[in-house]
Amino acid sequence: MEEELIISGRMNDRVDPTLNIWHWEIPFYLFVGGLAAGILFFAAFYYLNGKEKDYPTAVKIAPMFTPFLLILGLIALFLDLNHKLYFWRLYTTIRLESPMSWGAWTLMVVTPLSFIWSAIHLKEVFPKWDWKFEVINKLEQFFINHKKHLAWLMAVFAVLLGIYTGVLLRAFNARPLWNTSILGPLFLASGLSAGAAVVVLLTKNELERKLFSKIDIIIIVAELFFIIHMFMGLLASTQVQIEAAQLFLDGPYTLPFWIFVVFLGMLVPALLEFLELRGQRIPAVIPVALILMGNVMLRFVIVYAGQASRYLY
Amino acid sequence: MRYAMAIDTKKCVGCNDCVVACQIENKVPEGFCRDWVVEAVSGTYPNLELEYRSERCHHCANAPCVRCCPTGSSHIVEGGIVLVDHDKCIGCGACIASCPYDARYPHPDGYVDKCTFCIHKVRKGEQPACVSVCPTNCLYFGDLDDPNSEVSKKIKERKYKRLKTEAGTDPQLYFLI
Amino acid sequence: TTFFDSTTASIFASQIDSTIKFSQTPTYCEVCFWKCAGWVTKNEEGEIWKVEGHKDDPHCNGRLCPRGTGGVGMYHDEDRLKKPLMRVEKDGKQTYVEVSWDEALDFIANKMTEIKEKYGPESMALFTHGSGGKFLGHLMKSYGSPHITAPSFAQCRGPREVAFYSTFGEGVYSPERTDIRDTRCLVLIGSHIGENMHNGQVQEMSEAIEKGATIITVDPRFSTAASKSKHWLPIKPATDLALLLAWTHVIINEGWYDKEYVEKYCFGFDQLKAHVQQYTPEWAYGVTTLEPKQIIETAREMAKAAPAVIVHPGRHVTWYGDDTQRLRAVAILNALLGSWGRRGGFYFPDKISIPSYPHPEYPKATKSYLDAMKGKYNLASEVISNGLCEVTVPSPERDWNIKGWIVNGTNLIHTLPDQKKTMEAIQSLELMVAIDTMPMEITGYADVVLPECTYLERYDAIRNSPHRDPVICLRMPAVEPKYDSKPDWWIAKELGEKLGLKEYFQYKDIEEMLDWQLKKVGSSLKEMQKIGVKTFKRKFDDLYLIDGQDFEFNTSTGKIELYSTELAAEGFDPLPSFTEHKQPPAGFYRLNYGRAPVHTFSRTANNPNLSAIMKENDLWVNPKVAKQWGLKNGQYVWLKNQDDIVSTFSIKVRVTERIRWDSVYMVHGFGHSEKNLSRAFGKGASDTELISNVKVDPIMGGTGMRENFVTFLTEDPKPKEEV
Ligand SMILES: Nc1nc2c(c(=O)[nH]1)N[C@H]1C(S)=C(S)[C@@H](COP(=O)(O)OP(=O)(O)OC[C@H]3O[C@@H](n4cnc5c(=O)[nH]c(N)nc54)[C@H](O)[C@@H]3O)O[C@H]1N2
Ligand SMILES: Nc1nc2c(c(=O)[nH]1)N[C@H]1C(S)=C(S)[C@@H](COP(=O)(O)OP(=O)(O)OC[C@H]3O[C@@H](n4cnc5c(=O)[nH]c(N)nc54)[C@H](O)[C@@H]3O)O[C@H]1N2
Ligand code: SF4
Ligand code: SF4
Ligand code: SF4
Ligand code: SF4
Ligand code: SF4
Ligand SMILES: [Mo]
Repeated sequence: MEEELIISGRMNDRVDPTLNIWHWEIPFYLFVGGLAAGILFFAAFYYLNGKEKDYPTAVKIAPMFTPFLLILGLIALFLDLNHKLYFWRLYTTIRLESPMSWGAWTLMVVTPLSFIWSAIHLKEVFPKWDWKFEVINKLEQFFINHKKHLAWLMAVFAVLLGIYTGVLLRAFNARPLWNTSILGPLFLASGLSAGAAVVVLLTKNELERKLFSKIDIIIIVAELFFIIHMFMGLLASTQVQIEAAQLFLDGPYTLPFWIFVVFLGMLVPALLEFLELRGQRIPAVIPVALILMGNVMLRFVIVYAGQASRYLY
Repeated sequence: MRYAMAIDTKKCVGCNDCVVACQIENKVPEGFCRDWVVEAVSGTYPNLELEYRSERCHHCANAPCVRCCPTGSSHIVEGGIVLVDHDKCIGCGACIASCPYDARYPHPDGYVDKCTFCIHKVRKGEQPACVSVCPTNCLYFGDLDDPNSEVSKKIKERKYKRLKTEAGTDPQLYFLI
Repeated sequence: TTFFDSTTASIFASQIDSTIKFSQTPTYCEVCFWKCAGWVTKNEEGEIWKVEGHKDDPHCNGRLCPRGTGGVGMYHDEDRLKKPLMRVEKDGKQTYVEVSWDEALDFIANKMTEIKEKYGPESMALFTHGSGGKFLGHLMKSYGSPHITAPSFAQCRGPREVAFYSTFGEGVYSPERTDIRDTRCLVLIGSHIGENMHNGQVQEMSEAIEKGATIITVDPRFSTAASKSKHWLPIKPATDLALLLAWTHVIINEGWYDKEYVEKYCFGFDQLKAHVQQYTPEWAYGVTTLEPKQIIETAREMAKAAPAVIVHPGRHVTWYGDDTQRLRAVAILNALLGSWGRRGGFYFPDKISIPSYPHPEYPKATKSYLDAMKGKYNLASEVISNGLCEVTVPSPERDWNIKGWIVNGTNLIHTLPDQKKTMEAIQSLELMVAIDTMPMEITGYADVVLPECTYLERYDAIRNSPHRDPVICLRMPAVEPKYDSKPDWWIAKELGEKLGLKEYFQYKDIEEMLDWQLKKVGSSLKEMQKIGVKTFKRKFDDLYLIDGQDFEFNTSTGKIELYSTELAAEGFDPLPSFTEHKQPPAGFYRLNYGRAPVHTFSRTANNPNLSAIMKENDLWVNPKVAKQWGLKNGQYVWLKNQDDIVSTFSIKVRVTERIRWDSVYMVHGFGHSEKNLSRAFGKGASDTELISNVKVDPIMGGTGMRENFVTFLTEDPKPKEEV
């Protein structure tokens, strides 16, 4: 029998018996961050491709939600901090090695961008909108004139934000499960699929729906590929990484992961959207809700399971 | 200068004095600790082996906690000692998640805290509290760059192991075996 | 550079201000009876911050053990006794009310006067453990009672002292005279140094390990010491005497003993040789389950190292009732190896003599509890605590009983086995006074409870213990006593004066007395306040025997008595013989117990610093046994012993290979039922309450406690309210 125990009465429930430092706030923040990144990326991408007219939901309407999403994310992040009054310390330095740092800065850029982007489309979406102040109208005009630059910036930072949500965990190579380079692309893809799903839900434009349904299916296939890759990588690695994979193969996270993330969150909605493209009548809200649910679950499962995985002595 | 600690597991009796002394010296709040003692038993009665290890922050030469810290609160000072500047710490927990040794704890006042190698004593030329209290005299602290320091000598004379080196941290606690 | 400066500033801002000069005062530790000297450091607010070892003290060499380091918790513990308490009846219920010191002491003095008049002063007894006993003992003797006892005799090292006295004419004493520092072979028989944190021994053992000494540990449990040993002999419990006799057999028959030494100093070798012929290693194998090869090999290790070898006499040795004989076998083995009086064996300790403050002669006692013992225990060199208990319970065979107890610094409920007997004795009392720092089980039985201040807040007698060089040490208060607590010296003096014994207490206060004593030995209070510890030179160079030196031992033959004339005269076996002990019946396991490094008996269980490290004891169970019973790691169980006594509280199972399949193990001192102990109440189980079978040592009256067997109850055996 092997026995290894801490005999000094350590009662640090943030690390014993396994890491327990992050709760709902971080996965939630990763979810809304990824979603916002997805939406903003598509908005910028299709605008820059001159498809503003073809895909009005993606370029103009869906982004209106992103300021709220990002604010919610920031609130969650703030709630997670233990030393809240020192929040501002994040912005007295840039530490490129720390994903937390450049993530914070990315948000600092993306959030105003999302506000501006939403603001300059307000009048198009709500024709009766009036800014009331002349300064604001002037400002609006200024941004409209530079919309292209704005879109470029937004595209770049949306991708950064999307990757960041995955790289954040990847940086913690103390936890074998997170210690895999697939996490970044997986989370980016997952954010994009959520963004696409939101467009599918909001759009009234058949062309747009079809396009984004297709995008969704492609991304989900990519995600499945990443997931398989992730497991192969873990299982081919050291004992601790194999044990980390076991959390999903034969452990506490098996059910939530395979049923909620993979089956209900990816396979079923992909199938439904596929059938829809084939002409079946399926209310858009069902696959979209499933995708968003799968997205949330993926982040929760990865954050929690990662905390449960650890190196042995 | 490269500060390090050697821990003689052949002498350590797992008495926890190092933990008590640290808590009192550094006013560590109840329920938390900067160092801790692990008991590892292997074998089947009566063919048994037992190892005690007094553990704390490894003051990693390649410290992921410092890399992950978004505010620069976790930082490195003379001799490679890894410290947390309480007034810069936002309590985000990134360093806690990044430490393979679980060496850090969230202080009830909000910031994150950990072993400082008793830098306040070391700067006065004294030994860390855990080292100077250990009844079996099995902890050695000093400068690895000085070949005459006790740690250097111990590491040269004895077999040792370091923990979780696969995490790539280059830890600076040497467990003499 | 500014970078470093700013970090220093921020670290110190929230931690320790290095610029503040902390004041230091000397003390010696009272968390156990090793009494290490130390310095108390206060923080910027003048509050006690930490205690650190005194570099000049050979008990600790500048390093306190975890309990000593955590001793500050005794001072800070907010559950401490705060005011004198008296038991009163209110609405048909017994409760305690706070009273003034004057009221409390008046009450006690009146009662004691009454007892003296009605039954004689011998009817008062003092149970005491710890420093304050000096003053209370003086009070008792002045009052006229010889009945002063400490559990450190009949529950602890009594058998060892008696065995060594009868062999070498001297005891082992405390701190033990073992020269572990320089030994080449240390044999530990159930002595679990490393868990038993008697500081100097732990330090010296570590030093010996570093120097490559061989450690041999005989213990049925894989103790910490066993894990450090070259040879671990996992003996079947209760069979140590067989191993000791087999070792003796081998060492004699192989001619490995120190012939010159034995010839010159020992008495009774031939009888011993004849006697141990029956105890072959093959025979011992059948008894102990230790292979003959192992027995012979370890005997050779000892002989090779001799005379720098220590067959350690242990300390808490009241195990199976034949303990004096077992320790005799240990003493004999040491004599054969020539380790007594030799470097790396047992040294001759020295101490200075400090005169007591002048006082009139004590009145002569006319009664002794021993008269009631029907001629038993004449060899007991100290008063037997359980004997006093026995003489407290009225019996038709006796015309007098003990009627009043003062209990100072000993939690008899957890300390004496056979709790039923202890309770019975307490119920028979007319007066019971408890002096303690904490509300403990014992204080809950007292008529009057007196709060002593902790060792950090008081003066005490000069520590004057035997060591390689004579050394004395001062304890002085670092701060004023908290609450309304007082030191024992003050309590003894006040009570003495109220009892009309003023002439026995002619000093104004303890400072005057200490200064007087210290000046007699060439120091002063002022000097000691500054240096804390003072070492004297030995008068003679007699730490060890010099080769070929003539030496008269303090025995009736003047020799080391392998054959004990003293035991023979009292009708006991002059040579130790093996006696068989019971093994657990089916479904039961031997209750083994011992020490944890961070706790001292029951006294530290509520200490905030130490309970943070270990808040409860756990029950070690072998994996085989756990499997058989379906017990899981971390599960709580209750225990029932052979007499159907069930533990009040449950205890957490630790499944571990470190314990045999025929025993379970727990650390002594937990399972407190006193509700005022906010941290300790209900934590873990008490071994004491399960020790109802007491194997009394016929030679010195010690209470053997290791023949008790328990079984597991996985369901709470009693309804909730009862607890
Ligand atoms: N079951 C069982 N019984 C045992 C043992 C065992 O291992 N198992 N061990 C035996 C041995 S070896 C010994 S030596 C004895 C020890 O027996 P005790 O010395 O009785 O041990 P404790 O239980 O620690 O009780 C000490 C009491 O002193 C109080 N106290 C602490 N400091 C002070 C102080 O400064 N002043 C005063 N007035 N009181 C103070 C504490 O609060 C506590 O109530 O127990 C023996 N009994
Ligand atoms: N931390 C700490 N240290 C202490 C104390 C304390 O309270 N706390 N108390 C001090 C005091 S007063 C004393 S008396 C000492 C007591 O300490 P020791 O004299 O060292 O120990 P014991 O209590 O006699 O023995 C406990 C050991 O005996 C083993 N044992 C049990 N049954 C048998 C048996 O049949 N044969 C053999 N060979 N071994 C057996 C147990 O497994 C355990 O390892 O400790 C002192 N040191
Ligand atoms: S104080 Fe020393 S012997 Fe005790 S546990 Fe710590 S390192 Fe080990
Ligand atoms: S042990 Fe942990 S806290 Fe210490 S330097 Fe290494 S990673 Fe950082
Ligand atoms: S918790 Fe504090 S020290 Fe740790 S990473 Fe966050 S800011 Fe840095
Ligand atoms: S070096 Fe100082 S801070 Fe670090 S564990 Fe030892 S006592 Fe604690
Ligand atoms: S051995 Fe430990 S508890 Fe006992 S007196 Fe020394 S420091 Fe205090
Ligand atoms: Mo004892």
